[in-house]
Amino acid sequence: MKPNVLILRAPGTNCDIETAYAFELAGATTKRIHINRLLENSALTDEFQILCLPGGFSYGDDIAAGRVLANQVRHHLSNAIHRFRDAGKLILGICNGFQILIKSGILLADDAQGAGATLAWNRSGMYTDRWVNLTVTGDKCVFLRNIQSMYLPIAHAEGKFIGRNDAVVDQLEHEGRLVLKYRHDENPNGAMRDVAGLCDETGRVFGLMPHPERHIDRTQHPRWTRDLRVHTDDPATAGDGMAVFKNAVEYFA
Amino acid sequence: MLWEVDIFAAPDQPDVIGKDTAADAKDLGLSEDLQLEFARGYLIEGNLTQEQIETATTRLLADMVVERPVIMQVQMGADTSCSRSGKVVYVLPKPGVTDTVADNAKKAMRDFQIEADAVRTFKKYWIQGATDDETKRLAQKLLANDAVEQTVFGALPFDHLQFGTPYKFSLVLVGIRAMSDGELEALSKKGQLFLSLTEMRTIKDYFVKLDRDPTDIELETIAQTWSEHCSHKTLAGRISYSGPEGNLTFNNMLKETIFAATVQVRKNLGPLDFCVSVFSDNAGVVTFDKEYNVCFKVETHNHPSALEPYGGANTGIGGVIRDPMGTGMGAKPICNTDVFCFAPPEFESSDLFAGVLHPKRVIKGVVAGVRDYGNRMGIPTVNGAVYFDRRYLGNPLVYCGNVGLIPVDQSFKHPQSGDYIVAMGGRTGRDGIHGATFSSAELTSESETLSGGAVQIGNAITEKMMLDVLLEARDRGLYNAVTDCGAGGFSSAVGEMGEKIGAEVNLDAIPVKYEGLSYTECWISEAQERMVFSVPKDKWPELKALAESEDVETVILGEFKPTGRLLLLYEGNTVADLDMEFMHNGRPPVVRQAVYQTEAVTQLVPVDAAALPGLTVTAATNEPGDVLLAIVSSLNVASKHWVIRQYDHEVQGGSVIKPLVGVQCDGPGDAAVLRPRVSSRRGLVISCGMNPHYGDYDTGCMTASAIDEAVRNAVAVGANPATLAILDNFCWGNTDKPEVLGSLVHSALVCRELAVGFGIPFVSGKDSLNNEFRPKEEGFRDHPISIPPSLLISAMGQVDDVKNCVTMDLKEAGNLLYQIGETKNELGGSHYSLVNCLRGGQTPTVDIDTARRTFYAVHQAINESLVRSVHDMSEGGLAVCAAEMAFAGGLGAKLWLEHLPVASANEKNNLPLAIPDVDDELAQDVVRLFSESNSRFLVEVPIDCSRQFEKIFAEANVPLYQVGKVAEAPELVATSNDERTVLRLPTATIKAAWLKAFDFGGEYK
Repeated sequence: MKPNVLILRAPGTNCDIETAYAFELAGATTKRIHINRLLENSALTDEFQILCLPGGFSYGDDIAAGRVLANQVRHHLSNAIHRFRDAGKLILGICNGFQILIKSGILLADDAQGAGATLAWNRSGMYTDRWVNLTVTGDKCVFLRNIQSMYLPIAHAEGKFIGRNDAVVDQLEHEGRLVLKYRHDENPNGAMRDVAGLCDETGRVFGLMPHPERHIDRTQHPRWTRDLRVHTDDPATAGDGMAVFKNAVEYFA
Repeated sequence: MLWEVDIFAAPDQPDVIGKDTAADAKDLGLSEDLQLEFARGYLIEGNLTQEQIETATTRLLADMVVERPVIMQVQMGADTSCSRSGKVVYVLPKPGVTDTVADNAKKAMRDFQIEADAVRTFKKYWIQGATDDETKRLAQKLLANDAVEQTVFGALPFDHLQFGTPYKFSLVLVGIRAMSDGELEALSKKGQLFLSLTEMRTIKDYFVKLDRDPTDIELETIAQTWSEHCSHKTLAGRISYSGPEGNLTFNNMLKETIFAATVQVRKNLGPLDFCVSVFSDNAGVVTFDKEYNVCFKVETHNHPSALEPYGGANTGIGGVIRDPMGTGMGAKPICNTDVFCFAPPEFESSDLFAGVLHPKRVIKGVVAGVRDYGNRMGIPTVNGAVYFDRRYLGNPLVYCGNVGLIPVDQSFKHPQSGDYIVAMGGRTGRDGIHGATFSSAELTSESETLSGGAVQIGNAITEKMMLDVLLEARDRGLYNAVTDCGAGGFSSAVGEMGEKIGAEVNLDAIPVKYEGLSYTECWISEAQERMVFSVPKDKWPELKALAESEDVETVILGEFKPTGRLLLLYEGNTVADLDMEFMHNGRPPVVRQAVYQTEAVTQLVPVDAAALPGLTVTAATNEPGDVLLAIVSSLNVASKHWVIRQYDHEVQGGSVIKPLVGVQCDGPGDAAVLRPRVSSRRGLVISCGMNPHYGDYDTGCMTASAIDEAVRNAVAVGANPATLAILDNFCWGNTDKPEVLGSLVHSALVCRELAVGFGIPFVSGKDSLNNEFRPKEEGFRDHPISIPPSLLISAMGQVDDVKNCVTMDLKEAGNLLYQIGETKNELGGSHYSLVNCLRGGQTPTVDIDTARRTFYAVHQAINESLVRSVHDMSEGGLAVCAAEMAFAGGLGAKLWLEHLPVASANEKNNLPLAIPDVDDELAQDVVRLFSESNSRFLVEVPIDCSRQFEKIFAEANVPLYQVGKVAEAPELVATSNDERTVLRLPTATIKAAWLKAFDFGGEYK
C-alpha cells in the first residue's frame, strides 16, 4: 500500500515542503498539517501511516531548540503519538523534529531522574551548515535498513547529543539504538559517541540531526560537478538521503 | 511577586558564553585577565508559588541534562549572587523591545497551569578581575547595547515588570502657519522630520491655504512620504551636472539613466524581453518559466546597523524578505543575499571615536543578525561578499537581498475602492519610530541617544507565520493587493496603496504591543513583521478565519474610499485629512549641483600605508610569491567561511552550486545556483559585483567593474547572459556636496552605458545617501568621515538545465588552462597596489563589445560541456584566480606567462609599463599575474575538447590564450620567458593563509 505521511508543521517549521517532496518521490502521499489542527483533534493522525516532524525553528527555538513544541506534544499529544507508534506505524524527526522527539520524551522516556539525554548547543557555540559522512550501526532502525553509510548536510546550532551520564548512553548503545553516527574525525558538534541519530526501542521511531531530504538529487551533493557523469542523464544518481524515505515507504509495501 | 531564575551550565558542561565573552574582552583590549561566569535567566511576575516556579524551571526553562538553575524571589536589596563571586551585571531588553523568548515562555507555562502576569529574559554575568570602571566599560562596550538593552550593576532596582499606562486621546496641533524660517528649521530638526527649509515652507503654504494648522500626525505623514528613504528625492530630483561627459541637466536623474537603460534594453530585446515589472513594485519581476516569475530586491540597513548591529541587520534582512512577499500578490522568498562593508576587525579600542562600536562587535552582530533571521525564516542565504575599509568605521554598510518566486498570473496587484484595509502580522510598538526620516540623516556620536527608537529587533517566526498565511490566502484569492510595512510603517504602506484611490483609517484599531501609544506613534511606528492588504468585504471572514487558525493576528484598519484623500480617525476624532495628491506630488523638487572630475592617470607611486584606507595586509617583499600570500590574506580576498557556514544555504532543498565548492567544500564559488522548484531542472543564478577601492580613482571604472564582475560571476557557473537581470544599490556619502553627488551621477551614467551595451536590464535598485560619520572629538568635528562610493551590483541569471553548471575547482591533472580575455596594464586600485602601498595607475576599464562577446562565448563553451572548471578573475588577477582553482580542486597548476601579451590600458592613457622597485622584465609578469583587468576568466579544458573550444572563441573574436595546465603536484608554478620561474608556492601554503585571515573561530574549538 502507498503510505500516507503526515508532515507536521508549526510556527517556524521550514523544511516541510522539501521533506514532503522527498516522501512523494519515494512513493508516498503526503499532507502538511498545522499543529493547531492536531491540538484541536488528535484523531487526525488515524488516516496516516507515517508521522514526520521536519526541520526548522519551531516557535523560534525560543527557550531551547524544539522546547516549546515538545512541551505542547507532552501535554496534549503524548497519548495520540504513543497510540500511533503502538499501531506499528513510523515516526521520523529530522533536525528540529529530532530535537522535539527527544525533548518530548517520545524517543526516550523520562525516568525518575528526568530526561535521559538531550541535544545541546554545539561545541562551537555556533550554528553550522556543513556536509558530514555518517555510518549506520546495527539493523534496528526501519529507516536505515540496508544503508551502511550516508553523506548528508547538517544545519543546526543545538545538535550535540548528550546523555545524562555514561550509564544511560551505555544502555542505549547496548540496545542498539545509537543507530547513526558521525565519522569520528568529522563529529561536527561534539556529540557524545559521535551520535547523529537515535531510534526508540521499536526501531520505528527515529530522530536524526542531518537532513536526508537535502540529498535526494545528485545536484545537491557539494561535489557533484566533479563527477564525470554530470554530463550524462544517468538515472541511478539519486542522493544518499533518498534511501531513508524509500525504506519508510517500503515498510508498508 | 517577582521571581528570578538563573540558569547555569552544569558543572561538567562548558560555559561557552562566559569563556567567549572573556576572550572578546581581551580581544577588544578591555581587560587582560578576566574571570567571567554567565547565566541566562528569566524574571517571572505573578501570584506564583516557589513550587510552580520550580516546575516551570525544571520542566520547561532549563535543560536539566546540561544545565543547573537557581531560583530566587526578587526583593529590593537582596543578594542575587547565587553564592558566586564577582561583580554582578544584568543585561535586560529595554521595556517594549521584542523579547520573543519571554513571550513564548509565558505561553508555554500555561500548559502547566502556571499563569504569569509578565516574563522577561536577561543575561547575567559575574565578573572577577575588573575594577568598577572596567566593569562599566565592559558592559558598555561588550555586554549590552544601550539602544535596546538596559544594564543593571548589582541587585535589580525594581520588583515588578509591568509598564505602560493607558493612552488618553488629545489632539496635537502644530502652529506652523505662524512660524518663521528659523522656527521651521528648528521644528524639522527637533521633530526629527529631516526636511529642508524649502520643503517646510511648502507645507506651511499648504496649510495657510487650508486656513488651519496641521496636526502632528499630518506633519509626520508628509515628512515620511517626502523622506529620502521613501521618495529618493535627491537621485530622482533635478541635477545640474558637470563631468567628463560634459554639462548635463537632469529632471529626474534616475529616470534618465538607470530606468532609461532598462527601457532601451527592453526595446532592443523585442520579443526576447523577459522583464515583467520593473522599478514599480517592491521588487523587480522577470520571467522564469511558463508558470512562474522571479523577483529580486536588495535593500540596505546601514544606520540602524551602526547603532545596533544585531537588530539592524536582523531587521534589514527581515525587511527585504517582505519586499518580494509584498510584490504583486505576494512571492515566496527563495533565497537571501548579504553584502557587508566593515572597518577591519583589528582596530585599537583607544582609536575609536565616542559613539562608535568596535568593528569586531559590529561584524559579529551583523552576521548573527542576518543568520538568525534568514535561518529561522527557512530561506537559504546563498550569495554575498564582505569588504573592508577604515572609512566604514562609524558607518558600516549592510546590504540584504531577497529573491521570490511568484506565479505568472499573480504578478500584479490591484487595490480596490471599497476594499477593507487590513493589517496582518506583528503588533505595533514604539520600535522604529522615525526610521525613514532617520535613515536620511547623517550619523553623529549623539545618534544613539537621539534616534535609539529607530532601532528594532525582529521576530522571524512572526514573519514566517505571516508568510504561511499569505501564500495560502493568495492562492485562495482572498485579497486584491498586498504590500509590506517598511520604512514609514502604516503611513507609507497605506499611503502608497491608496495613492490613486483614497483611504480612511481608524488608528485605534491598530493592535499594540503595550498601552500608551499615541495615535501618531501607532501610525508612524516601523515595528517589524507587518503587512497591509486590500481585502474585498466578502472575502474578509475567510481571511480572518485562515489567519486565526494559524495564530496570526489580522484586523481591519479601515477602507479604501474613492476620495483621493487620506483620512485618519482616532476614537471617532479626525486627526488627519490630507490630499493624496499633495502628499505624493506636492514635494518641491530638489535641485542640486553635481561635479565630477576624475584624477589624471599617473604611474604607480609608493605612498604611506595610512593613505590607503582599504589596506589590511602589506606584502613582506614585492616578490610575486610574497605578494600573492599577502593578497590572499587581505580581508577582502580571504575566505569568508566563518560567515558562510553560519548560514543555512541549503534549506528548501534546491541547492545546486553552494557558496563553498571543491574537494573539501571550501573553495570560493563564483555564484550560487539553486532550483527554485524542486520538481524542475531549471536553475536560478545569483551573483554580485563590487569594488569600492576603484571608486577612489574613478567611480566610472568602479561601476563598469562591478557590473562586469556580477555578470562574469553569473556566467562562470553557467548563467545565460541573455536572461540576466541586474540591480543597483548606491551607498554614498553626503550628496549635498556637489563633488560627492557628481561621483554618483558619473556612476549612474556608466550604469546606463553598460546595461545598454551588455543588453542586461536593471530591474530594481535602491540608494542610501549621507553615509558619513561626524565625530564630536576636538579636531575631527569638522571632518566627517565619509564612506567611499560603494556601488553594489547584484545579478540574477538563469540556466535551462542545472546539469550544465560548472564550479571553479580544478578537476583533473593534464587538462589545459586557458585565459579568456586580454590582460591590460591595469594595476590602479588593485590588490597588488594595495599590499605594496602604491597609488596611481590605471583602474580596470571595460571594453563593452568585447565583454559582451566574451560572456556569450563562455556560455556556449559551458553549454557544449567543453569545460571542467571556470573561475572569474577579479581581485588579485590571474595569480589569485589560479591559486584558488588549484587549492579548491586539491591539485596544482602550471602557468606559462610568456603566452600572455600585455596590452596597454587604453588609448587615452598609454602609459609605459613601470612599477616602483620592479625591473622591466618582471614588471611584465607582475601585470600578467596581478592586473585586475575585467571580462576575464580562467578555464580548464580537457585536451580532447580544446579544438572545439578554441573554435568558439576564434569565431566570436574573443582573445584566448593557452596559459597553462592542471598539474598533479599541489603547487602553483608560474614561469616566463626562458623557463624563468616567477612564482612557486605549495597550494597548501596559499590556502592556509587564505583560510585563516578572516576567522573568528567557533569551528571545532
